[in-house]
Amino acid sequence: MLGLGIAVAALVAAILLGVFVGSTPVSLSDVWLALTSPAGSATDLVVLDLRIPRTVAALVVGVGLGVSGALIQGLTRNPLGDPGILGVDAGAALFVAIGVVLGASTPAQYLPFAFAGALVVTALVYVIGSSGRGSADPIRLTLAGVALAAVLTGITTAMMLLDPLTFRVLRGWNAGSFVERGFDVILPALPFVVIGVVIALACARSLNAIALGDDLASSLGTRMVRTRILSVVAITLLAGAATAIAGPIGFVGLMVPHIARWIVGPDQRWIISYSVVIAPTVLLISDVIGRVILWPSDVPVGIITAFVGAPVLIHLVRRAKASAL
Amino acid sequence: MRDTAFGLESGPRVIVLRGRTLSVRFRLRTLIACAVFGAALVGLALVALGLGDLPLSVDEVVSAFFGGESGIARTVVVEWRLPRVLAAVIFGAALGVSGAIFQSLTRNPLASPDIIGLTAGSYAGGLVVIIVIGAGAGSATVAGGAILGGLIATALVYLLAYRRGIQGFRLIVVGIGISAMLEALSSYLVLRAKLEVAMMASVWGAGSLNPVGWAQLLPAAVVIAVVFLALGFLGGSLRQLELGDDAAKALGSRVERSRLGLIVCAVALTAVVTAAAGPIAFVALAAPQIALRLTRTAGIALVPSALLGALILLASDVVAQHVLPTVLPVGVVTVVVGGGYLIWLLVHEVRRRS
Amino acid sequence: MTPRSRLAARDLTVGYDRRVISRELSVEIPDGSFTVIVGPNACGKSTLLRALSRLLAPSAGRVVLDGRSIASYRAKDLARVLGLLPQTSLAPDGITVADLVGRGRHPHQGFMRQWSRADEDAVAAAMAATGIVELSGRRVDELSGGQRQRVWVAMVLAQQTSLVLLDEPTTFLDIAHQIDLMELFTDLNHQGTTLVAVLHDLNQAARYGTHLIAMKDGAVVAQGAPAEIVTAELVEEVFGLRCVVVPDPVTGTPSVTPIGRPRRDGRR
Repeated sequence: MLGLGIAVAALVAAILLGVFVGSTPVSLSDVWLALTSPAGSATDLVVLDLRIPRTVAALVVGVGLGVSGALIQGLTRNPLGDPGILGVDAGAALFVAIGVVLGASTPAQYLPFAFAGALVVTALVYVIGSSGRGSADPIRLTLAGVALAAVLTGITTAMMLLDPLTFRVLRGWNAGSFVERGFDVILPALPFVVIGVVIALACARSLNAIALGDDLASSLGTRMVRTRILSVVAITLLAGAATAIAGPIGFVGLMVPHIARWIVGPDQRWIISYSVVIAPTVLLISDVIGRVILWPSDVPVGIITAFVGAPVLIHLVRRAKASAL
Repeated sequence: MRDTAFGLESGPRVIVLRGRTLSVRFRLRTLIACAVFGAALVGLALVALGLGDLPLSVDEVVSAFFGGESGIARTVVVEWRLPRVLAAVIFGAALGVSGAIFQSLTRNPLASPDIIGLTAGSYAGGLVVIIVIGAGAGSATVAGGAILGGLIATALVYLLAYRRGIQGFRLIVVGIGISAMLEALSSYLVLRAKLEVAMMASVWGAGSLNPVGWAQLLPAAVVIAVVFLALGFLGGSLRQLELGDDAAKALGSRVERSRLGLIVCAVALTAVVTAAAGPIAFVALAAPQIALRLTRTAGIALVPSALLGALILLASDVVAQHVLPTVLPVGVVTVVVGGGYLIWLLVHEVRRRS
Repeated sequence: MTPRSRLAARDLTVGYDRRVISRELSVEIPDGSFTVIVGPNACGKSTLLRALSRLLAPSAGRVVLDGRSIASYRAKDLARVLGLLPQTSLAPDGITVADLVGRGRHPHQGFMRQWSRADEDAVAAAMAATGIVELSGRRVDELSGGQRQRVWVAMVLAQQTSLVLLDEPTTFLDIAHQIDLMELFTDLNHQGTTLVAVLHDLNQAARYGTHLIAMKDGAVVAQGAPAEIVTAELVEEVFGLRCVVVPDPVTGTPSVTPIGRPRRDGRR
């Protein structure tokens, strides 16, 4: 309980950082005024249109990525699971490219395309990777994800190279960012994230059993097929919504469950709960770093998470005894 | 004098050629498969040489080679198209072998130079040159940047993954981490550059055989030939390492030395191709896997991977140049073709098993 | 009269990373013997075997083979003299039994000599000895644990070395196959091969071994012929197990019968 309290406190601190830090200095009174009696001043605009939506976006996306990461790692028993390996990023990017061709031009307009792309791809990967008995061998899932992601990325690259507009949009999209993600982008995706978290928590106990191995889990009474399908649905909703809002952001889904596990142990119920709090914290801090590190220009958060997450990943694998996937 | 080994059992048929002190052994299916691949390769090459603004039939291509007349057909075939077709074949073979080595050493079908950080490093290195120097960067400078970036990245991955020896799993994970950082860096560079420069960089980054003429091909081909020669000697070690470090050592292999030698060869092959043509994805990943499934060898085999890599790259280049209305970089096609075939194989496996 | 020994450890200090398992250990493997190393878990027997086979480099002291330090041998030369069955090995996906056994001939092969008549004969003999001839075309990954173990043993046999080291060769085998294998090793020993095996089963060790090395906490507690050293006192000292040692009814070698926990009212 103490751990959760600390995590929440960290999250609150991160939220505050997210609101206050940036290229335009903003003070506590500015925020208060903007919230209570907005007057249309420049500072109010910064607070209301930039900082707060950005922070909220980071919260929602963080929850989506963190929980889907925990689910993937639990479902495939693979400590290196990340929502990206199921091809979510590639699918979203391709459909966004299609959207651009069809005339979409704002993140809010990309949203349904990205989400559709994520859904379609995850479903395809699952279909290809499962061996027809309702079970999904983690190695085949990963292979299918890699293969499908490659194909889709190729098509997307082709589209980018043929059309400068698509290129410009997608190079921004591919970096993963919270800039220009207002409530028109966040709110439509929010219900999916909420549903995803609910399903995740419902599956948590079964995932604990699955961690012991398929045979043992079955003998303990776990409904394997049902848990798998529900988990995949939840992963799709969460990762899809998160990517649809902000573009591909790597490593958060990978790192956060490990941090949670380090604090609280292998119980999936707690891992998921902690991930809900820790992931947004990590994401917000990364976003803030992105605003500050090359001040005054803004480094997209997806790039920062790679530089934060990769060393963590490397450290993890150097420390642990090498065990096979 | 020909002998068939083990008449007693019904395993894969083997051909053994035995002289007084000399003996060589081939698996029948592999031999046939390689012959088929080779024939397909030659056939496709002849067709490819005939495609373009001046369409030539296969006979015309052949007579342009041997006819002796120095007409326009000969110029087109030998001076313009041949280097590109040869490059596709040689580079494809190099990539296929490189991927085969990585996959065998790490015992992981997902291993490839792409994953070990080499491709990401080359891409980042070349990008830095293009974006920092600008659109005027010569191809040699870009190539140099690519090789440097790739080698630094690979060295970094190797060093970070080394702990009392290299374990496949750790190598892959560290490779993923370093690649991710390099890709993020590249992403940022592309984001910040001017649009035209960024697009040009991306074309290079997808891998293209466009700029490859005799001047680029010959030095690369020499290096690749030397590495293939070295692999002739190291190839046996690769098979022994498949048995696990302990068994390999017990059977007389010098494990760490062989492994280092093999990795150096694999890296050299990919670095040379990347320098000449930019990072071409997926050939190294897919060719060994497809070869494995078609020849049904135990473990990864180098020669079929080479032949299949050449086939994939050549076919992709033909598609990239002629099938679509605009000319695309070949790397885009290899990704789609390679990935698509891998998916087909996965699905096919499903049906076969269930 | 002390029998000659080709293989010996002299003042060996060996361990993993910073953990020292054995310190200044000296052990001689009598030539032509079937030496068995026994001891409780984590007593250092596998470590000693790995050091003797050059899989593990000692931090001090050396292993001597035929008068030379084992570290000075070239890899293939050593592999022609010393064979090892390690505890864990990997079979490449899809390899057949015949192929895997054939891999054991690697130390005798070269670029120009990929598959000689001698290689074929050695493989055929090894497969016949381990009773896996009917399996020769099957894929190794389709076999049961016991069958797979016999294939690995055949591979080591195909290597045709005069010394063979075996790290727990009877794991996964049912009792019939265990005995089969131990009888096979005895045949091999009678033909002149020196064997060094790490075994868990003390009774099998006493029955088949000609020279026993009992280890505990990285040091040798006793060594010699089983009849001489296997006593109830030794078993209690090394394993902490109270037992009764009686002659085996078939072979007369010492057989260990544990005294279980005392239970009230005579129930098991």
